[in-house]
Amino acid sequence: MHPVLKLIAQRVALGILLLLAVSVLIFAGTMMLPGDVAQQILGQSATPQALENLRAELGLNEPPVTRYFNWLGGILTGDLGTALTNGRDIAESISSRLGNTLFLAFWAALISVPLAIFLGLLAVRYKDRWPDKLISAVTLTTISIPEFMIGYILIYFLAIQLGWFPSVALFNESMNLWQKLNAIAIPVIVLTFVVLAHMMRMTRAAILNVMQSAYIETAELKGLRMLTVIRKHAFPNAIAPIVNVVMINLAYLVVGVVVVEVVFAYPGMGQYLVDHVAKRDVPVVQACGLIFAAVYIGLNLIADIVSIVSNPRLRHPK
Amino acid sequence: MNDQLKHMSTEVAKGLMTRREFVGRAAALGVTAAAANAMLTTGARADGHATPVRGGMLKIGSGGGESTNTQDPALTASSVPLNNLRAWGETLVEVSPEGEIDFRMAESVEASADAKQWVFKIRKGIPFSNGKDMTPDDVLKTMQRHSDEKSQSGALGIMKGIAEMKVDGDNFIVDLETANADLPYLMADYHLMIQPGGGMEDPGAAIGTGAYTLEIDEPGVRHAFKRRDDYWDSENRGYADEVEQLVLNDATARTAALQSGQVHAINRVDPKVAALLDRAPNLSVKSVAGRGHYVFIAHKDTAPFDNNDVMLALKYAINREEMVDKILRGYGSIGNDFPINASYPLFDDSIPQREHSIEKAKEHYAKSGHDGSPIVLRVADGAFPGAVDAAALFQQSAEAAGIPLEIKREPNDGYWSEVWNVQPFCASYWGGRPVQDQMYATAYLSSADWNDTRWKRPEFDAMLNEAKAELDDAKRKELYSQMGRMLREEGGVILPMFNDFVDGVAANLGGWIEDPNSEMMNNKVMIKGWVTDA
Repeated sequence: MHPVLKLIAQRVALGILLLLAVSVLIFAGTMMLPGDVAQQILGQSATPQALENLRAELGLNEPPVTRYFNWLGGILTGDLGTALTNGRDIAESISSRLGNTLFLAFWAALISVPLAIFLGLLAVRYKDRWPDKLISAVTLTTISIPEFMIGYILIYFLAIQLGWFPSVALFNESMNLWQKLNAIAIPVIVLTFVVLAHMMRMTRAAILNVMQSAYIETAELKGLRMLTVIRKHAFPNAIAPIVNVVMINLAYLVVGVVVVEVVFAYPGMGQYLVDHVAKRDVPVVQACGLIFAAVYIGLNLIADIVSIVSNPRLRHPK
Repeated sequence: MNDQLKHMSTEVAKGLMTRREFVGRAAALGVTAAAANAMLTTGARADGHATPVRGGMLKIGSGGGESTNTQDPALTASSVPLNNLRAWGETLVEVSPEGEIDFRMAESVEASADAKQWVFKIRKGIPFSNGKDMTPDDVLKTMQRHSDEKSQSGALGIMKGIAEMKVDGDNFIVDLETANADLPYLMADYHLMIQPGGGMEDPGAAIGTGAYTLEIDEPGVRHAFKRRDDYWDSENRGYADEVEQLVLNDATARTAALQSGQVHAINRVDPKVAALLDRAPNLSVKSVAGRGHYVFIAHKDTAPFDNNDVMLALKYAINREEMVDKILRGYGSIGNDFPINASYPLFDDSIPQREHSIEKAKEHYAKSGHDGSPIVLRVADGAFPGAVDAAALFQQSAEAAGIPLEIKREPNDGYWSEVWNVQPFCASYWGGRPVQDQMYATAYLSSADWNDTRWKRPEFDAMLNEAKAELDDAKRKELYSQMGRMLREEGGVILPMFNDFVDGVAANLGGWIEDPNSEMMNNKVMIKGWVTDA
């Protein structure tokens, strides 16, 4: 087998193993929450008998190992079970929520990733001159302000004072794409601000690192233009670290946006998870946890594969 | 808009002042003519509320909703699902803003002389949203579902005193184990929405006799409703063609939605921003004194709280005025260590108000002989808004009296199952109940599940039962007064303040009524409000 393919296969297998390990951790973790779901459902006036009945009904009396394998089996067949608190089908609820989260993350990524890389390149081009300093100052400022604060500030100016966009990012099926984008405009801007600095600085650092290599010096001595040097010689060699940081930020856009969801009342995964944690709705918490883990592992996997593929030493084995 | 301008614009709307006069006076207050005219339009509209406007879409933004919510009335416990219930369902009777019985599915009620048998005459020809007519049998089945021990209904406690229920012709008859002069008030409980077949088959189907049908149900996100053409009481309710409730749990998101005109009304305005918000144009903050109260509760059967001098020392040490000023920002009133205030019928205002007194606190603390070990008060932000700050104020004033109060901060998560009603001393809140009997029976009867102060006094229980059966209001008032005094003197509840319901309302919402029973017009803003510029 080609060494690249072999490495990729190994990496994928490792990812799946990791996901399995995470599923065990999630299952064990939710069992350690104080109080159980039966008690939460029945509330304060629960009698011991009612608790007992409900536990039996929910299968809480079975040994943990049996419950774990039942759960895992369900997930592998696409059955996430039903929410204990309101009896809704979890897969159904999650699919719309996950869709919303991905929609928001997609547009935020579409703006922030190219922008971050462009700004990073620009910063390298004008290293230590005013454009570089300006870009750094602005992005570092936006990453230093808590995201809810950025959200509130933008709501104040863009929604209340100017009335350009709604402050509540709710949309429905009857809206066209333009209306939907209008609805999520402010959260997209907030998220862009939040992830921009990290990606921009990583791009800048990675390229500057490469720029110190001897072959860059050669390229410069050949008389190539600065931008051409960056584009043709430096950037391809900086892809691996850049992709890495981009993937981490994409993962954040999917699993880390609960604060933004709360501020804009956006119906994504984060708020859904928080509500169900509070009610000890274990099947939902487990399902969300696993999805989040899968997103993280999957995106990291992609980053690793890109690094592998972009590594010439592996592409051209001796 | 400041208060004077607001007042003047309503004068214009009532025809007590001309437009020209208004603009002139507004100019004197430093307002330009154009702005004054704009103000007048909103002001006049705000008061063009006498005649309902039909049509349009009314939107509200509410805190207190979770993605775990259902439409099952039995399981309803927070604001958002409660607003939903009111949109699609109705109860036998309701409690009016004045505290009187307002007949809905029942058209009249009669009690036997001993107040043990109650006969509700059920209205005829009222269709459910599934097209079938509501019958006395549906009423009976509904009540049976909520009185079933296995139902998990929030109304179970209310149904406990009922011996038998039956249907006789058009009548629904309730026989009680012990007399209760307030039974109709209990039947107004929001859990008891009349559902076809009692909702036994599909309790969350949202089929009822209300003004609206549920169209979109996304728990924790939004709930949208459409007006019913066959609604029986369309003269008085259901003015908007469509109503929608957005779930906005974040206080800032709620205020922003109101300010940017995305919703017509919001609940739970943070007292910290209420005064600022009220100054914004085109909206106003509505504050209604209600029965809800914030408390520190101690178990009367646990040391050191079984020592009444310790309790009295704490009660004298707490600075009530300061709490109302700093925690409620004035949106509330001081409490007197028993859970009843002037919002209740039969309240006795001659019971003396307990004053803040460091001397008396010191005196009682010395008399108690307490060993000086820390008295641990458990508190979480979720106990009530500002609970942690209130506990800190309490600690400071207790310290001044030499009482070693120690604050232990608990997580919000699990507070109601791990701390409240479990730990001996903690912060909590009560939403109040429509009548004194129900408030006392829920939290101060020896056998009550929610007796969170472990107040167990046979003589108190006896008085409660006596008052229940008493149809003579003067005698009942006397009994309630004695019970209030007793609790104030010896109870485990430290009640520094009653909180107002603080809602925010856009100028283009019509039909706002102050209702002390609950927030958002007793959760009826969607069915009783209208949109004026739609």
